[in-house]
Amino acid sequence: MSDSTAIAHGAPADAHEEHPSYLRHHFNSVEQQSDATNFAMWLFLLTEIMFFGGLFTAYLIYRNWYYPAFVAGSHQLNVVWGTLNTVVLICSSFTMAMGVWCAETRRRRGLVLCLSLTFILGLCFLGIKGIEYREKFEMHHVPGQHYSLQSFLDPQSNPEVYAEYHDKPLALDMARHTEIYFSLYFALTGMHALHMIIGIGILGFMIYRARDGAYTAGHTTFVENFGYYWHFVDLVWIYLFALLYLISRHQ
Amino acid sequence: MSDTIVSLPDQSTARIPKVNYLNKENGLLSWLLTSDHKRIAILYLISITFFFFIGGALAGLIRLELLTPQSDLMATDTYNKVFTMHGVIMIFLFLVPSVPATLGNFLIPIMLGAKDLALPKINLLSWYLYMAGGLLALYTMMAGGVDTGWTFTTPLSTHYVNTNVLTTGLAIFIAGFSSIFTGLNFIVTIHKMRAPGMTWFRMPLFVWAHYAASILMVLGTPVLAIAIVLVALERTIGIGVFDPAKGGDPLLFQHLFWFYSHPAVYIMILPGMGVISEVISTFSRKRVFGYTAVAFSSVAIAVFGFFVWAHHMFIMGISNYAVLVFSLLTMLVAVPSAIKIFNWAFTLYKGSITFETPMLYAFGFMGLFTIGGMTGVFLGTSGTDIHLTETYFIVAHFHFVMVGGMLMAFLSGIHFWWPKITGRMYPEKISQLAAVVTFIGFNLTFFPQFILGVLGMPRRYASYPPEFQILNVFSTAGATILGVGYLLPVLYLTWSLKYGAIAGNNPWQATGLEWQIQSPPLTENFTELPIMDHEA
Repeated sequence: MSDSTAIAHGAPADAHEEHPSYLRHHFNSVEQQSDATNFAMWLFLLTEIMFFGGLFTAYLIYRNWYYPAFVAGSHQLNVVWGTLNTVVLICSSFTMAMGVWCAETRRRRGLVLCLSLTFILGLCFLGIKGIEYREKFEMHHVPGQHYSLQSFLDPQSNPEVYAEYHDKPLALDMARHTEIYFSLYFALTGMHALHMIIGIGILGFMIYRARDGAYTAGHTTFVENFGYYWHFVDLVWIYLFALLYLISRHQ
Repeated sequence: MSDTIVSLPDQSTARIPKVNYLNKENGLLSWLLTSDHKRIAILYLISITFFFFIGGALAGLIRLELLTPQSDLMATDTYNKVFTMHGVIMIFLFLVPSVPATLGNFLIPIMLGAKDLALPKINLLSWYLYMAGGLLALYTMMAGGVDTGWTFTTPLSTHYVNTNVLTTGLAIFIAGFSSIFTGLNFIVTIHKMRAPGMTWFRMPLFVWAHYAASILMVLGTPVLAIAIVLVALERTIGIGVFDPAKGGDPLLFQHLFWFYSHPAVYIMILPGMGVISEVISTFSRKRVFGYTAVAFSSVAIAVFGFFVWAHHMFIMGISNYAVLVFSLLTMLVAVPSAIKIFNWAFTLYKGSITFETPMLYAFGFMGLFTIGGMTGVFLGTSGTDIHLTETYFIVAHFHFVMVGGMLMAFLSGIHFWWPKITGRMYPEKISQLAAVVTFIGFNLTFFPQFILGVLGMPRRYASYPPEFQILNVFSTAGATILGVGYLLPVLYLTWSLKYGAIAGNNPWQATGLEWQIQSPPLTENFTELPIMDHEA
């Protein structure tokens, strides 16, 4: 282990031959740069999994303990809106994937179109979510001081839901636990919506830059990495849809 | 490595290089907008030192209050706030970022032969997040503080206190993201930025230790973030996830909180172990004994570290079978820790040991960490834990690991790489004195607390029965000496910036890649891409 061979054996950095403007100074090659940033994005998504993981753990435990309350709570959700939102998000994932393809094949107008469609679909999702939240607010299903147990103690007070599921009234004790269900519902969908809002903000920034051809000159890493993020957020929603809306649709 | 005769450093002719990362650009903005990992490390070093002394001042207040059995210096409520802020600042704003954000930031790219971390701007962002979290914590202190203890135990934090839980929680949330970004950056850098020939098993052990700590940061911190979000939502809009009145379980908060906060202690100690591996090997002039074992023991600590969190909850009503399993897993962590200690001891065996300051701190680390680690086994044993938990035994145990271990390692590393960071030597004699003062002060402060704990003095109280006073007086006296031990390095290291002897490239005759380049390094670290043909 001699002390100075490390430098003596050094070879001149060979990055000078091809040095595109988007290659940051500290990388030796474009491959290294896109490799590193892609890897960083995957790691970031891993932290996101752990972040949502805490909530999913809470969901699992309480669902195990208070299954009837969770079923009754789930029946109060509007499965039509939920399904529609799932479709909206899957479509936005498709337009996002098309956007990445457009960037890779250097189609500037196609990229702007795809990103704009994704942007609009994202806003649609939030709009529909807003309608659902308003329904919950009106029904006093938002946890906290004004939370009401009426729909669970007396299911016939909400004729639409009753007509569909014929829920039996819950005992007071179990009915109280529905508040846990709605706590988790709002925490999970709220955190998901927050991610959507951040994503839509970044999309706006990307559309602005894509119009000048920033991502269609060979450097597509940013669009690609954002695509990972967007698909991840969609994927979280698919789980939420199954766990929150579809707990017990059968009779 | 004994076959190589290295020439002595020629310190009389050494000069500070004309161009280096410190003087390449000037002005405040060139620092605040830098993406150079070395400058960000300096920014971190200044800010964590600042927060360390705030946390230290709070510790001083705690020890002063405990000088007498009555609560006379401050009201009991104030005491609660003081120890809470001491814990929050020391853990989230000092210990977690201490070695990784300063030495790790500075050295990992250089040790790997890279020009910078993989994501330099994210690195700067992480410093800004750290500062935002830190300033928010300071604001909380000014605005009346928080008195839940640093663990934010529910339902105390959600229902029963009306102090600033929300701003403290937000501060920790933000500082947590700073830590996530640092860890993420390190992992990407270690995977993707290694120089040609720098294989995994040629990487310095310092890098291995940071790799393990980064895994913990990336996987653990988000869980703390969501736990804090749930506490905040419960306080503000009243959701019921942790509220027993609605069927929620406060114990779930404990699980989520300790799922991060136990691995967090390994986030704190692992980088310190990396420092010790480098220092011991340099000053005993030997390759570290059992390189592979030491490298893998870091990873083993990280992996086992994720499966022991419930040992913080033995008396909280978890099932006896869970206690049994977590007790066993806790003892398993002692195995990789002991592997490290034994391997360092074997590295010393028949080495040509010299006693420069970094080595003195490293010896301090080995002794104190061993005591701290072994008392951890007492606490991991469910039977003794029931007697010792929530007493001063716990306080002494984790201060032995965190202060006796991590802080010693931090100071060891700062002295060891000071010539590389600044280009100048620290004054040797006075810093050796500071190392000895720190060691004596530390033992006098915390050893009596083991005895207090066994005798049954509970933690977190401003007053105590008079028969405990003599040991508390010892402890407070020790804290004063310890304070002097920490103040000294700040003074002489600042002095050395201007008046220290010029260090030259490699004052220690060390073998690492960072010692082969000029001190202080160039902004781009290397003039040519290094190619490794041996272990660094």
